[in-house]
Amino acid sequence: METVSPTTPDRVSVHAPAKPLSQRNWMRTPLYHVLVAGFGFVMLYPILWLFASSFKGRDEIWTNISSLIPQNFTIENYVNGWRGFGGLTFTTFYANSFFYAGAATLLTVLASAVVAYGFARIRFAGRNILFACMLATLMLPVQVQIIPQYIVFSKLGWINTFLPLLLPRIGGQAFFIFMIMQFIRGIPKDLDEAAEMDGCGKGNIFFRIILPQITPALITAAIFSFYWTWEDFLTPLIYLNEPKLYTVSLALRAFSDPSGQTDWGAIFAMSSLSLVPVFVIFVAFQRYLVEGISTTGLKG
Amino acid sequence: MTEAVPTVVSQAVPAKGRGHKQKSKRRRNDNVMGYLFISPWLIAFLAFTLIPIIASFVLAFTNYDVLNPTWKWVGLQNFERMFTADPRYIKSVKATFYYVFAAIPLRLAFALAVAMLLNTPRRMVSSYRAAYYAPSIVGGSVAVAVMWRQIFGTDGLINAILGTNVAWLGNPNTAIWTLIILAVWQFGSPMLIFLAGLKQIPREFYEAAGIDGANGWQQFWHITLPLLTPIIFFNLVMQLISGFMVFTQAFIITGGAPLDTTLFYALYLYQRAFVSLQMGYASAMAWILLAIVAIMTALVFRSSSYWVFYGSQEE
Repeated sequence: METVSPTTPDRVSVHAPAKPLSQRNWMRTPLYHVLVAGFGFVMLYPILWLFASSFKGRDEIWTNISSLIPQNFTIENYVNGWRGFGGLTFTTFYANSFFYAGAATLLTVLASAVVAYGFARIRFAGRNILFACMLATLMLPVQVQIIPQYIVFSKLGWINTFLPLLLPRIGGQAFFIFMIMQFIRGIPKDLDEAAEMDGCGKGNIFFRIILPQITPALITAAIFSFYWTWEDFLTPLIYLNEPKLYTVSLALRAFSDPSGQTDWGAIFAMSSLSLVPVFVIFVAFQRYLVEGISTTGLKG
Repeated sequence: MTEAVPTVVSQAVPAKGRGHKQKSKRRRNDNVMGYLFISPWLIAFLAFTLIPIIASFVLAFTNYDVLNPTWKWVGLQNFERMFTADPRYIKSVKATFYYVFAAIPLRLAFALAVAMLLNTPRRMVSSYRAAYYAPSIVGGSVAVAVMWRQIFGTDGLINAILGTNVAWLGNPNTAIWTLIILAVWQFGSPMLIFLAGLKQIPREFYEAAGIDGANGWQQFWHITLPLLTPIIFFNLVMQLISGFMVFTQAFIITGGAPLDTTLFYALYLYQRAFVSLQMGYASAMAWILLAIVAIMTALVFRSSSYWVFYGSQEE
């Protein structure tokens, strides 16, 4: 969090780099940049390679494997890939994925904000024990919950609907609740206490005073929630068995089934495409992402 | 997390002229409002976490099977079978531990090393940081898993670069390492957390050490590392918990093959629960997984008093 209590010495060094002197000097040398940029390139190479390969022709994918620059640039793979399989195009899969990720994110972030306010600012009986329960769920393997959930949802006839995927989101997500709580704690209490003196209810305080101030935390939560839902695989795999309900993740898996057709060009194209929303958000909101991870250790 | 929780001193409202009655009324009101605000979480917690956990515990002692409605109580049979009559289960436990103990130390070591390289205020650093973090934001996706399968395929990228013809995914000795490398490649989040921790170390410490003639290595060993131990501890716990639950990558890339050397716990559990539909047995497996994660976490917590250094310079 940005708010550092004034008693810690951190304040002095918040903007000053902390490091050994010899290391600082070394960091000014060109060797440092060569090394860091070189290793960074190695890190990025597989992703760049995937995008480059998606624009290579059918033969070039095999004859010119490692190159990052397609000799004959073609978008044929995207045209072929988009056609999908079983009479369903990727239009369906993207619609499903955007619906799932969008609805789940909206639910999760709204609920998390409301719950976080309750835990952070209202003193009620049993708060501490419930808060401990919430933190404990962070460590719980989903496997312990997913089997009974599946049995109940299947008895309700909800297999092949989005209900089992969305309904558990109504309570927000422990990670985000915790993160937003930390954020709310950093907001001085004067304002909501003054409002309360004037007879403003908790609901009003939340919507008028707290909510506008926690937007950065909400954006961070929304980004991560979108990411996790976008790449979610296990839940759709269990509940969505009809191809017309497939999310992009499921479709990619079915599409690249080793026992089926292997048009690698098309697979590369559709794989690359599925990463585009993720990278667009990454580039646009990098600051929120970095802050979110640094302050709460999201995405462990 | 170890960050200084903003110590907002709660400035008690001067309760001038407030009677006793008003106060208790307010407290009751707070109880109502508190539960109203947390009700979404509370309802979801009861319905989708607590009750399922209890149900899962009961299921673990039955031979419940979705297709077979005549299930019955079997006592500890499921647990017995796991450890005595299910060699694939033992293999899956071994594979998971191998993976966790190889991937997590490597991932944290890379995260720390790169964080130290990037701990400088220069402008270029934010783009380096982005490059190092990028694999982590897509690493869990099916797209990357599919790509990985091709990279390590017999006619894939690695063989093309090395000029070899190795079946990385088909060889029981190398298959698990393709998944470990994939995990290590995604060191972005612990790296960012380490970076935040490094920025908290007061510069004066290094200056004083420098005056005393300590070299870079000594400074790392005696200043950086001890002061980072709370963050190493945090990262270790988080990575450990998620490490034991790895699923998607193994499902897509190897499917547990060859010879079950990459049959991770979560993958085998999925097969038992949703392919062979033995939900009683799979529930028993889930509880052992919970126990393993809890014990590992407890061990790390226990050990922390020996190696985690909580700086005393703050009050």
